[in-house]
Amino acid sequence: MRYAMAIDTRRCVGCSDCVVACQTENDVPVGYCRDWIVESMSGTYPELQLEIRSERCNHCSDAPCVRACPTQASHVGKGGIVLVEESECIGCKACIASCPYDARYVHPEGYVDKCTFCIHRVEKGQNPACVDVCPTHAMIFGDMDDLNSDIAKLVARRKWKTLIPEAGTKPNIYYLL
Amino acid sequence: MVEEIITSGRMTPEVDPILHIWGWEIPLYLFLGGFAAGILFFSALFTLQNKENRYSMAVKALPLAVPVLLAIGLGALFLDLSHKLYFWQLYTNIRWESPMSWGAWTLMLVTPLSILWAASWIEDLFPNLDLRYDWLKEAIRTIRQYQKPMAWALIVLAVILGMYTGILLSAFNARPFWNSAIMGPLFLTSGLSAAAAAITLLTKEHAERSLFTKIDLILIAVELFFIIHLFMGFLASTQVHIQAAEMFLGGEFTVPFWVWVVGIGLAIPALLEILELRKRFVPTYVPALMVIAGSLMLRFIVVEAGQASRWLY
Amino acid sequence: MSKHVNRREFIRLAGLGAAGLTVANPILDWAKGEILTRDTLPGMYSKRTPTYCEVCFWKCAGWVHHNEKGEIWKITGNAEDPHCNGRFCPRGTGGVGMYYDEDRLKTPLIRTEERGKQVFREASWDEAFTYIAEKMEMIKEKWGPECMALFTHGSGGHYLGHMLQAYGSNNVAAPSYAQCRGPREVGFIGTFGEGVGSPERTDIRDSRCLVLIGSHIGENMHNGQVQEFSELVDKGGTVITVDPRFSTAASKSKYWLPIKPATDMALLLSWIHVLIYDELYDKKYVEKYAYGFDELKAHVKNFTPEWAYGITTIKPHVIRETAREMANASPAVIIHPGRHVTWYGDDTQRLRAVAILNALLGSWGRRGGFYNPVKPTVPKVKHPPYPKPKRDWREAFPDKYKLAGLALASGLCDATVPNVERDCAIKGWIVNGTNLIHTLPNQKNTLEAIQALELLVVIDTMPMEITGYADVILPECTYLERYDDLRVSAHREGSIALRVPAAEKKYNTRSAWEMARGLGIKLGLKDYFPFKTQAEELDWQLEQMGSSLAEMEKIGVKKFARPYDDLYPLEGLPDYEFWTNTGKIELYATQFAMEGYAPLPGYKAHEEPPYGFYRLIYGRAPMHTFSRTTNNPNLHDLMDENTVWVNPKVAKEWGLKNGQAIWLENQDGVISSSSIKVRVTERIRFDSVYMVHGFGHTNKKLTRSAGRGASDAELITRVHVDPEMGGTGMRGNFVTFRFEPAEEVIA
Repeated sequence: MRYAMAIDTRRCVGCSDCVVACQTENDVPVGYCRDWIVESMSGTYPELQLEIRSERCNHCSDAPCVRACPTQASHVGKGGIVLVEESECIGCKACIASCPYDARYVHPEGYVDKCTFCIHRVEKGQNPACVDVCPTHAMIFGDMDDLNSDIAKLVARRKWKTLIPEAGTKPNIYYLL
Repeated sequence: MVEEIITSGRMTPEVDPILHIWGWEIPLYLFLGGFAAGILFFSALFTLQNKENRYSMAVKALPLAVPVLLAIGLGALFLDLSHKLYFWQLYTNIRWESPMSWGAWTLMLVTPLSILWAASWIEDLFPNLDLRYDWLKEAIRTIRQYQKPMAWALIVLAVILGMYTGILLSAFNARPFWNSAIMGPLFLTSGLSAAAAAITLLTKEHAERSLFTKIDLILIAVELFFIIHLFMGFLASTQVHIQAAEMFLGGEFTVPFWVWVVGIGLAIPALLEILELRKRFVPTYVPALMVIAGSLMLRFIVVEAGQASRWLY
Repeated sequence: MSKHVNRREFIRLAGLGAAGLTVANPILDWAKGEILTRDTLPGMYSKRTPTYCEVCFWKCAGWVHHNEKGEIWKITGNAEDPHCNGRFCPRGTGGVGMYYDEDRLKTPLIRTEERGKQVFREASWDEAFTYIAEKMEMIKEKWGPECMALFTHGSGGHYLGHMLQAYGSNNVAAPSYAQCRGPREVGFIGTFGEGVGSPERTDIRDSRCLVLIGSHIGENMHNGQVQEFSELVDKGGTVITVDPRFSTAASKSKYWLPIKPATDMALLLSWIHVLIYDELYDKKYVEKYAYGFDELKAHVKNFTPEWAYGITTIKPHVIRETAREMANASPAVIIHPGRHVTWYGDDTQRLRAVAILNALLGSWGRRGGFYNPVKPTVPKVKHPPYPKPKRDWREAFPDKYKLAGLALASGLCDATVPNVERDCAIKGWIVNGTNLIHTLPNQKNTLEAIQALELLVVIDTMPMEITGYADVILPECTYLERYDDLRVSAHREGSIALRVPAAEKKYNTRSAWEMARGLGIKLGLKDYFPFKTQAEELDWQLEQMGSSLAEMEKIGVKKFARPYDDLYPLEGLPDYEFWTNTGKIELYATQFAMEGYAPLPGYKAHEEPPYGFYRLIYGRAPMHTFSRTTNNPNLHDLMDENTVWVNPKVAKEWGLKNGQAIWLENQDGVISSSSIKVRVTERIRFDSVYMVHGFGHTNKKLTRSAGRGASDAELITRVHVDPEMGGTGMRGNFVTFRFEPAEEVIA
């Protein structure tokens, strides 16, 4: 089983709902976030193009943060979800330094925090909060190893990219183009 | 134009706008670790060569400072931890892939050993010292029996420790400026160079000063070679590595690096040391302090610059 | 103390934060009803409570979820709700921040010293009501009750309006009309006999071609509409966006027409020309339903794409190609009427052109065009008849704005400024949930009106610029702490939605219902308020509709099936009578002709920015609703200030750097009171600048948002008033850059 997310850049309008839904769902303190919106524009007026992406931890299959962690606080959980065990984290921040996506931060309580794919919801068979709130249905969550899952079919059918694949992390967030 | 911006107002402390998770603590820790490694290396090396009496500052006296340096370094590391109460978790795990784990365990071995090492020289340094307790005298006598094997262990551990201070950084693929295999040897050399400079600064023996000035000169030359190759490597690598190098080749780190580290820390003291060896009058402490300061600055600038180098936006 | 004071008068709400904890008993009045006796709030024993969102006018229905301590945790959408389809937008999701905002108004405040000193004291609700009632009685006696006016935005307005009408005035205005969508309603009513309404009756879901003219769907988060827009984009529908700015919608469009601002009318007329002269229009539809086609055809004869090119900078072949795209999709095509359309003063006419285009393409009443909404009727509470007002705001504007269907907020404001030509000057305002200082253009005029008032009551949850000028401030509880009027929705299916309190009221606050009733009783209007609690009133209403409060608390939203199968009444071209004078779709607007307005839209050139100035274009960000959410902790976190978008060429000319803080100065020498950061971006035309509306708060009580970003509203000093209906055109203002702030005035 390999949990993954596909984010449709055609549908996404960059409203930030995923950000605030994550913050309220997971009690992320104000001033911090586990996901965020990037707008990437290129060209010269009036020949322009814009790509909008909702970004978060890529739950990499080859996660540098897990390797960098000296205590196993950062670990790979069920379905490849990369998690941090608060009570094992010493706050050395090596995982933050090791993440090319800047997806981690130090929680005000001292431990390192990040996107969990809302594992507490996933375990109950629900989608992550960001997926369920997205007004434009731009996000799909599921098991890439299940070839009949919506996400596997969509990723198979559509053109996609991942972020900085050249960093060698094998990210599991697919951006549909 | 290309505009790539985070529009959801992300301003996470220590991460945005540029990564700043590590302040003064980590570079100080890396410097002290490397410095201590350098001292232990020379001490162990000349012990094995049976030159402990000829180079007594290097072999016997300076190692006394090592437990203090390591304690300060570990203290700085501890201060940097944001979840301090869980510090002990470092020692319930062995993580082969984590440089932090390597460092924790290396220091776990080096620190007690450095205390024993320092203790083994205590009677040589202070012949009139009354140790009062028989068990203590007995203990030190026992330790002295194992000086040679300890030296062998220390020479290996010192190299590991010295290299580790650079590898800690170079293991982060996510920070292109750190991500060079040269970082380990460079930091090792820099630590050795700082130790050699400290010996020239403190020794009263002309022969010792002269030898270590020569050693330091060689180390500086090696360091300069590493620095050139560091940038060669970056410029021959991927776009992000080229961008990382450009921070030092016209970018924001150009002046601090080339003036402080290369100029004041390497080139000028090297010139002064050459003059000194040619019997021109140069106060020894000037190049020595410059080398040590340069070595410290190297850590600060590399730690800072690595955090400023990135893959995205 | 410094000798410097702020340029404008700013207000100290003395002791505002001090007494937040004393909650008076009457607040729990609602729980004492006979039908609904209960000890605890619904939120305390159920895991979720129904609500509908109050962060914007879309009013999505959803659920408030509580944590194990019973505190408000999060808000999610109600899957049954046609406004949101189970998914809230960022503002709705972040609505929790409204409740938790510690800058809220906490207790009634009365100004203690004469006007100008603006120092407040805390008061009890009874004191505050007595004070207001005495003043209102005085106004009634001296000048008549018609001299009271209500400005309102939001769901509580209904109750305050009821109170005011019972008192004897029907001067009830929402700025959403004359400052926003009024011209659209008038333009469409003039053509089809019906307005567009809210949520817009656009059938984007089933459309194949959507034309947006200055409408930035996606940046305005009109939830259901954005959802359907994304669906359309994903399905490969054609989007044509006309905007001088490369908006989010433009980036998803097949055609982006980077039009020269203020020339939209020329483009619309040339599209009409192409549709008619290239015979692309829906001939059967037009023949059957339209009135005045020949007049229109003659009228647009010379409005060729070549003519429009010279004005709009849009190439003729693009105009033809896009017209053909629309015709190919016809009737599943929507020329979107937009929402905020008060731009240049000829807005009603522009929206007439939009309506005509839709008529020519046969989209009105057809699938993929404009559907026919249904709305359930909610029984009204029985009360004595309202006294008949002797006059209303219209008399202040003889022979003007004759097509205005609703009261004009700006008109009421103007009618307050003493003027020898008017016998009726308004003497008292109640301002509910609208920050008139930022909402109405021409702040100087607004402040002049305020200075002429005998009574200014401000009802809000947050301190705003307007609260600073109040005689009495009544702190409203947020939508998460109160019952409210049922949300009655006009949509593909009719529905109602319920709001119940999700938590105890924080601080000494009350709902609009409680305020209207409390004040009404003080004014001797008790008979108009037959119910003791709002829960009782709602339960009575719901019972008449075959439901109950108890049922609605469980389901939140109740849908009502369409009585007839008439979602697309013109599908198949049946006989149909429109609500117009001719009973037809009036391409030639007879009502307009009768009232002396142009029956066919024409082109009028608008003023262009002088040298060194740029047209000020403002808009929305998806995470904020005007100026009311910028202090919300959750939403502030998403966007804490606005920036001014500047084209790189312009930036180079001025030496502006990305992120540089500058001040803006308009054509009348008005300088922004706070600085704004430059965003150098290719996404804006070289002759315009763009900023998101709602920032640049000056009330220091807004601890997060005060002084963050700049306010476009204060730079809008030139207003082009729509002669047909009094809409306030705001896009005719030009700004230039300043590198230092305005000089401070020494007191």
